[in-house]
Amino acid sequence: MWLELSAVTRRFGARTAVDGLSLGLERGSIGCLLGPSGCGKTTALRCIAGFEPVDEGRISAGDRVLSQPGWQLPPQQRHIGMVFQDYALFAHLTVEQNVAFGLHQLDRVHRAQRTEHLLASVGLLEHRRQYPYQLSGGQQQRVALARALAPEPAIVLLDEPFSSLDVELRERLGIQVRDLLKQLQATALLVTHDQHEAFVVADQVGVMRDGRLEQWSTPHELYHRPASRFVADFIGQGVFVPGRMLGQDRVQTGFGEVRGARAAIATDAHAGQAVELLLRPDDVIHDEGSELRAQVLHRAFRGADYLYTLLLPGDLQALCLIPSHREFAPGARIGVRIEPEHLVVFPRA
Amino acid sequence: MLALVLCLPALVPLLVIVQAALAPQAEIWAHLSRYVLPGVAFNTLKLVIGVAVIAGALGTALAWLTALCEFPGRRFFDWALLLPLAVPTYVLAFVAVGYLDYTGPLQSTLRTLTGSSAWVPPIRSTGGVVLVLSLALYPYVYLLARTAFMTQGRRAMEAASTLGLGRAAAMWRVALPMARPWIAAGIALACMETLADFGAVAVFNYDTFTTAIYRAWFGMFSIDAALQLAGVLLVLVVVAFALERTARGASARFSSGRDLAHRAPPIVLGPRLRWVVFALLALVFAVAFALPVLQLCLWAFKHRGDIDLRYWGYVGRSLLLAGSAALIIVAASVVLAYLARHKQGRIMNALLRLATIGYAVPGTVLAVGIAVPLVMLNNGVQHLLRSWLGAAAPAVFLQGTLVAALIAYVARFLAVGFHPVDSGLQRIARHVDEAAAGLGVVGAALVRRVHAPLLRTSLATAATLVFVDVMKEMPITLITRPPGWDTLAVRVWEMTSEGEWERAALPAVAIVLAGLVPVAMLMRRSDDVA
Repeated sequence: MWLELSAVTRRFGARTAVDGLSLGLERGSIGCLLGPSGCGKTTALRCIAGFEPVDEGRISAGDRVLSQPGWQLPPQQRHIGMVFQDYALFAHLTVEQNVAFGLHQLDRVHRAQRTEHLLASVGLLEHRRQYPYQLSGGQQQRVALARALAPEPAIVLLDEPFSSLDVELRERLGIQVRDLLKQLQATALLVTHDQHEAFVVADQVGVMRDGRLEQWSTPHELYHRPASRFVADFIGQGVFVPGRMLGQDRVQTGFGEVRGARAAIATDAHAGQAVELLLRPDDVIHDEGSELRAQVLHRAFRGADYLYTLLLPGDLQALCLIPSHREFAPGARIGVRIEPEHLVVFPRA
Repeated sequence: MLALVLCLPALVPLLVIVQAALAPQAEIWAHLSRYVLPGVAFNTLKLVIGVAVIAGALGTALAWLTALCEFPGRRFFDWALLLPLAVPTYVLAFVAVGYLDYTGPLQSTLRTLTGSSAWVPPIRSTGGVVLVLSLALYPYVYLLARTAFMTQGRRAMEAASTLGLGRAAAMWRVALPMARPWIAAGIALACMETLADFGAVAVFNYDTFTTAIYRAWFGMFSIDAALQLAGVLLVLVVVAFALERTARGASARFSSGRDLAHRAPPIVLGPRLRWVVFALLALVFAVAFALPVLQLCLWAFKHRGDIDLRYWGYVGRSLLLAGSAALIIVAASVVLAYLARHKQGRIMNALLRLATIGYAVPGTVLAVGIAVPLVMLNNGVQHLLRSWLGAAAPAVFLQGTLVAALIAYVARFLAVGFHPVDSGLQRIARHVDEAAAGLGVVGAALVRRVHAPLLRTSLATAATLVFVDVMKEMPITLITRPPGWDTLAVRVWEMTSEGEWERAALPAVAIVLAGLVPVAMLMRRSDDVA
């Protein structure tokens, strides 16, 4: 593995910020630690950067050990770049000087070439002589990225890289950042609390909760095959419907039997067990031919479609997406089919 | 219009001085430029440069250590190093001179023990003044540099380390250059205080512009000479003031506006280095605050017999003067702040600048600039009365009433009161007024039910700051007070000018105690920043 964390633990007094975190990142791939604030994701990043020691476990890059209990390579020797949440640009230096800052081992000519190449990549060549305070937030972020990537670090870490930016900008910049990282063949790990950012930028996403990694896989897997109820709840939209297992791929609920391929990574449950079934909006399909009728409780216009909250037989609620060229007022009764592609169930307490 | 009136206390003295400087009287100017100016200017320059270098280096180094490093006693020193702000420069000066001079306890003891004290460098020297003023004024640099290091220093150091820089290189190439505007602003403030200082240099018999102005006024009775000198001093002040403004502007551009520094862990110093740092900081704290205050208390206790009716008279007059000044200035600040809230624009901003510019002007300059027009007004009134009533006309002494002193205080300290009141009022968003208006609460009811409760702490802060500043103030009080109106600061002046260091301690203790209040307030505020 290009970057490997094995059972890394970091404590602050009695609080365990990172608890037995293990993950691996291939060369050239982009990973992301996703979780609510306080879940330990930023501490994990700071451990990798070398700002925090580890209390247990080990961090290594290739065959180099970076951190282990009682010993750590100083940050300046790790060859790990970092984009800080507030960018931490050097206010006394121009854009160009900021980007060239980490290139002190290069001679003048190569330094200028490399700086220019990066400034061109992030589209800031014409701003090279300006100072950070003269730039917009998005431009400052690109300077920070260019500065971190300039010394060709083995890994670049991004701490909440989009949190200071306008919501409308985030997705567009996310795509740009991903393209740039891929173009420069960088290995990157970012940290965010925003799943849309994570899904736009990263190849592999890890969901963290209370210092522990709940699941480490692709965005598609996280959404369709969540490994825990927390991940199922945190990622995407959906509701949990109580039911009882009938067999490997069938659940009896208040509105009837639901079938679907059993998601292998979900908790295995035996027939007859009380479970909660995850129903995503895309598992509930509008079909006027269906015998299953639902009442519209509430609707939210989202442009291309409406997100309806439906009341199903058995006093159960579910979400459903219907293209917005059809409209149903609250109170209307519509036909639906429940067809989850993957049957995601968790044992009911 | 009202705002213009509130500008007058600061504006009139400045105009008087500028006018006098533009039309100098040839023979006075010739005398000054031959016999007074060269020495005074050289002395002042040496002093300002010395303080800028020593206070600048000391303040920056101390701020670096307490803001970024971890060592024993860091939390204590973090606030304790601000305490010298509570001790006026003239108090530190007379304690230093009283203790270290030839007749002082240190040299006397040395002589009885070893027979000679000749090797002790004389405290009454340029080095001595520079050192004492630097110890009294470094907190200005310390406070601002500390803010810079805390808000961006650790972060910038981390960023530099991910780019391959070691700690020392990161400090020189990133953290220090980024803190430059804050450090420069702190040094400029210390320089302004040095230029304005009167009491301390007088204790050292070290002639600067302020003491020269005072001597011209009371010794030579030459109003014109005092005005000319004040004009030259004003030029130097304007330079320092411009430096401070520029640096502040730059610091606004340099700050990222976000404070995430608390996440970054401090630099842990090595086992031997941490105790070296501890000893160094303990030394600064002891020399700048602990030992002088201890000596002050010992002297005050020795002369506790001085606590008599006369002493309570000094206390009473100090309280009365400081209290009235605080009331007037807070009231004027409220008026100004409301005017600024309701009328914005370039003219209003200019008027606000003018009204609050006095804090940059040395007290001696303001006092002279206010006394001169009052003397002229006085003579005019006297002349009129004479022409009406003949020889029976009563004598009027406008210049020697509390009015002159209070106007001068307003000129000098309006900024001190205005800033807390104004920022308090600005924190009340305009939407709050609009929300109240929507509920039918406007005008006086709005002020009473919404603004007054929200502004209470700001007003208290403003009043406290002004009160303490007036208590500590020396030259304005000396020059403009009515005859016999001796305050604590005046008493200190009288005792120190007679070399009675020990007997100056008792009134000085009261001033230092009052001075601790705003420092405590400042510490609480800077803790919030941290």
